[in-house]
Amino acid sequence: MRPNRPRRLKWGRVMLYVFMTALAAFMAMPLIYLISSAFKPIEELFVFPPRFFVRHPTTRNFVELLLAVSGSSVPFSRFAFNSIFVSSVTVLGSVILSSMAAYPLAKHSFPGKDLIFLGIVSALMFAPEVTQIPRYLVVNRLGLIDTYGALIIPNLAGALGLFLTKQFLEQIPGVLLEAARVDGASEWTIFTRVIMPIIKPACATVAMLVFVAAWNDTFSPLVFTRSEAMKTLPLAVQTIAGGPGVVARTGAVMAATFVLTMPTIIVFLLLQRLVLETMVHSGIKA
Amino acid sequence: MQHRQPTRCWQTGKKAVRAVKGVTWGEQVKWADRVGRARRRAAGWLARLWQEMKKHRVSYYFMAPYLVLFFVFTVIPVITAIYLSFTYFNVLEPPRWIGWSNYRLLFLEDDVFLIALKNTLVFAVIAGPIGYIASFMLAWLINQLRFRAAYTLAFYVPSITSGIAMAVVWMYFFSSDRLGLINYVLINLGIINEPVLWLHDKDTILPVIIIVSLWMSMGAGFLAFVAGLKNVPEELYEAGRVDGIRNKLEEMWLITVPLMKPQLLFGAVMAVVSSFQVFGVAMQLAGFPSPLYAGHTILTHLHDYAFIRYEMGYASAISVVLFAITFGLSRVFMRIFSTHGDY
Repeated sequence: MRPNRPRRLKWGRVMLYVFMTALAAFMAMPLIYLISSAFKPIEELFVFPPRFFVRHPTTRNFVELLLAVSGSSVPFSRFAFNSIFVSSVTVLGSVILSSMAAYPLAKHSFPGKDLIFLGIVSALMFAPEVTQIPRYLVVNRLGLIDTYGALIIPNLAGALGLFLTKQFLEQIPGVLLEAARVDGASEWTIFTRVIMPIIKPACATVAMLVFVAAWNDTFSPLVFTRSEAMKTLPLAVQTIAGGPGVVARTGAVMAATFVLTMPTIIVFLLLQRLVLETMVHSGIKA
Repeated sequence: MQHRQPTRCWQTGKKAVRAVKGVTWGEQVKWADRVGRARRRAAGWLARLWQEMKKHRVSYYFMAPYLVLFFVFTVIPVITAIYLSFTYFNVLEPPRWIGWSNYRLLFLEDDVFLIALKNTLVFAVIAGPIGYIASFMLAWLINQLRFRAAYTLAFYVPSITSGIAMAVVWMYFFSSDRLGLINYVLINLGIINEPVLWLHDKDTILPVIIIVSLWMSMGAGFLAFVAGLKNVPEELYEAGRVDGIRNKLEEMWLITVPLMKPQLLFGAVMAVVSSFQVFGVAMQLAGFPSPLYAGHTILTHLHDYAFIRYEMGYASAISVVLFAITFGLSRVFMRIFSTHGDY
């Protein structure tokens, strides 16, 4: 029995690797198809039988997308700019706001602290869509409709970002802060000099999550903007695709989908290590 | 005219409480005394709270920007939505209070809402648990392997892709003619003879939406599992082996799961919220309105009434129902994964 054991275990491991790799490849299929199709020349997009991989890759689809988005008065680059601008400002604002709010929530004790944290955990527990009607009314009342503000400001104070930053900061020993306080540092100095460097992984995580949410957000541009020039990439892709059955611009659509999908993947790839470091502390103690 | 001098207290000179018929003087003094003491206590408490708040004012300064936005765009909207759900409101005129009418209409007369509710529940009951358990099992398996980062990436990435972008791909995969990848493969394998109308047949729309959502379901919860599993100290497993744990499954159930309760709760909350959030995918794939409302969800219905018909009161009632379901379920999971009494 004994000498057999390591061998059987090894065999099982190989099977596990095969199984997991096959599953991962299966999961990646739609993405591989998307990437491959973005570089297909127009003939290859319509061959029968359908072909999964590209034979003669070309960048013509991208050129077509940039130069001739016919039927629309707004160039594709405008949508791309809107998306990049809105996402970056939202990320920057969210990281600053949630770090600042997480610091006292994790390290100070003051009246109302538990209540505030309870409110934030509760906000994790329902779909944000629940609040969309009053949100629309508020944005409307503030006169933000059809401005960048409408796409950015309502998304700045997300519950998940603050929650993760607070949980991460909580497990940092307070000795460092005490030392800084003894040295006579002000709270603001402690925040910028001690806290910010420590919570870098949490900031990276908030940045990643907020970026993904802002980049893929279809609700805000759909409801809060009216003019074509204020729309972001997801809606632009939808417009170019023109719904089911439209084949005229398939090449450009594939290129646009590629442009829409890659940034989130690249951002996660760059920040993966820091994100996992943060998610260790994501647990909710009930 | 008779002028009555108000009775004054002999000690403080303050006006006495007006005499009440049928209550003895002693009784009155006792009550006045109690009220006064309660008032003083409340005032003292408030003063102390105020002192305490002033002492910690720096904490509030730090939180102020976040809290203001959180209040304006989350707390107030939740309260407003609940209020509006009891009104008739079309944005042009001020809301008019109509009591429970919206809810009565919703559950008793709106057949399309009941279809949406049924679709959403079917979706959530199937996709929610499968996605949740699969996230945990996959994270657990990944934890046994090398190249964790690569596997994590492969399973997580679908959840951060744009639903609209991927819809283009799914349209091709589930296309109703022979050109559609899945029809093509199935016909070639001899499983079906005729192409299936995946996105037009009311019986296949919901399954397709479920498959696509499962593909995207390894989200933040999955990451929390991967990270948490990696952090379970190896010594605990060794101790478990000494104590007679025989196989990996027992190890998972007896050591890993209890230690991971907080992460499991986080993952559960994320899963509940996302499984009631099917909207973009459903609307993209099935169209709006979908054939026989087969892809109609609570959020589709909400969007329809809020931003197409501008019946904000009625739409608010829909969102309150959604709120009650997700919030209630999350509370249930808080009970299940409670760590009170552990350790």
